[in-house]
Amino acid sequence: MRAAALFLAAFCACTQAGEIPLAERRSGYEFMGRETRAMQDDDTTNPALFALLDGETLWNRADGAAGRACAACHGDAAQSMKGVAARYPAIVGAKPLNLEQRINACRVEKQRAAAFAYESKELLALTAYVARQSRGLPIAIEANDTTRPFIDAGRALYERRQGQLNLACSQCHDDNWGRSLAGTPIPQAHPTGYPIYRLEWQAMGSLERRLRNCMIGARAEPYAYGSPEMVELELYLMWRARGMKLETPAVRP
Amino acid sequence: MTSWAFVLLFLAGARADEIPAPLSGAKGDPQRGRAIVANRQVGLCLLCHNGPFPEERFQGDLAPDLRGVGSRLTEGEIRLRLVDPARANPQTIMPAYYKTDGLTRVAPSYRGKPVLSAEQIEDVLAYLVTLK
Ligand code: HEC
Ligand code: HEC
Ligand code: HEC
Repeated sequence: MRAAALFLAAFCACTQAGEIPLAERRSGYEFMGRETRAMQDDDTTNPALFALLDGETLWNRADGAAGRACAACHGDAAQSMKGVAARYPAIVGAKPLNLEQRINACRVEKQRAAAFAYESKELLALTAYVARQSRGLPIAIEANDTTRPFIDAGRALYERRQGQLNLACSQCHDDNWGRSLAGTPIPQAHPTGYPIYRLEWQAMGSLERRLRNCMIGARAEPYAYGSPEMVELELYLMWRARGMKLETPAVRP
Repeated sequence: MTSWAFVLLFLAGARADEIPAPLSGAKGDPQRGRAIVANRQVGLCLLCHNGPFPEERFQGDLAPDLRGVGSRLTEGEIRLRLVDPARANPQTIMPAYYKTDGLTRVAPSYRGKPVLSAEQIEDVLAYLVTLK
């Protein structure tokens, strides 16, 4: 019996790497080529620049039936929005909202305007502009009695095999990071730079769009934008990246 | 007693480590098999594996090089590893290519369909056994 247990223990240890130790975590930035890094590092060549400018315009524009701008209530984003993105998804009421949903809540409730659609140019621009104010700050998601059930649900989804190819997120991003998937290095899946400018998309995109891409890659049915499952997964990923620095807007291949 | 039961189970498992009989009547075609293996949308093999495909620049390194697999494993052992590799290694990341049950949230366009057909599996197999 002991031999069997030992055998099983050795077997599991060598086939499943499990969670990445905190000190070994690396941003997707570190898996990129030199040119892509340089593109992200230089504010004037970062292709997300245009989204940031659009975001700033939207921030200052009076809108909706209330006729108020974000700036009318929040003032200078560099001050009022500093550190905010590092705390999202955050529990509002009884459930976690991601940053896009939080911004849309202000659109609807405070500006009395229609919510922006997921992946619309406006929502991506405003989200990038708000998140930019946290660049360089450590991700600050805490596991406590309120957040833990949602973090755990996100983790369960992350570790569950799915799709026709029957792959779990963890099998690539925890167990095989750094290896090559058809020539592409597998990163650790830290959501440090969202919304990102992705070269493959030739456009800005949200974290949810990126997650959907990975689900579709496993031939799984992706969860809907803004669904509880998606937000829980985002929350788990942000908690998993706690302490890592935000780089929004990042560039990714 | 328990440890003997375990060892016996393990040995039995090792012997059940193959599917000797072809999945389809027709004999596999190695040339078609090679094309399936090399195709990133059809076989997907090179996402994870390397192999003798000088024309394919992008190959994976998550799995053993396919070179020499025909001398490492018997035809029946390879067939089992294509049909349902979890039967050889429960932790495997290699997808089951001829299995439709026990899956979660399969995208509608793939639901109820195996990754490859029985004929395609036999084609791939006919190619892999040539990799000595
Ligand atoms: C088959 C392996 C594989 C699986 C399974 C997989 N991914 Fe990925 N993922 C990748 C690769 C490869 C990339 C990088 C793609 C690129 O650079 O083009 C990536 C990128 C990402 C990124 C972007 C990281 C960054 O630096 O911006 C996140 C986040 C992510 N994946 C999360 C997930 C989640 C969540 C799941 C499960 C739903 C998942 N992935 C499943 C391979 C995988
Ligand atoms: C009428 C005033 C008003 C307007 C206009 C407004 N907000 Fe808000 N916003 C608030 C208040 C007040 C809060 C604090 C929470 C609450 O009471 O809803 C808040 C909270 C937020 C938060 C969460 C901050 C945190 O610390 O968690 C974000 C992000 C935000 N607003 C973004 C925006 C954006 C972007 C716009 C423009 C589209 C906007 N708000 C428009 C009043 C406003
Ligand atoms: C998602 C990654 C992945 C894909 C896709 C994949 N494999 Fe594998 N394969 C593996 C891994 C990992 C192993 C190593 C044994 C294990 O972990 O089960 C393996 C093992 C094998 C073996 C046994 C090799 C040996 O030397 O023991 C064969 C044969 C094989 N794969 C063939 C294929 C073929 C053919 C395809 C495409 C039709 C394919 N694989 C697709 C990951 C993959």
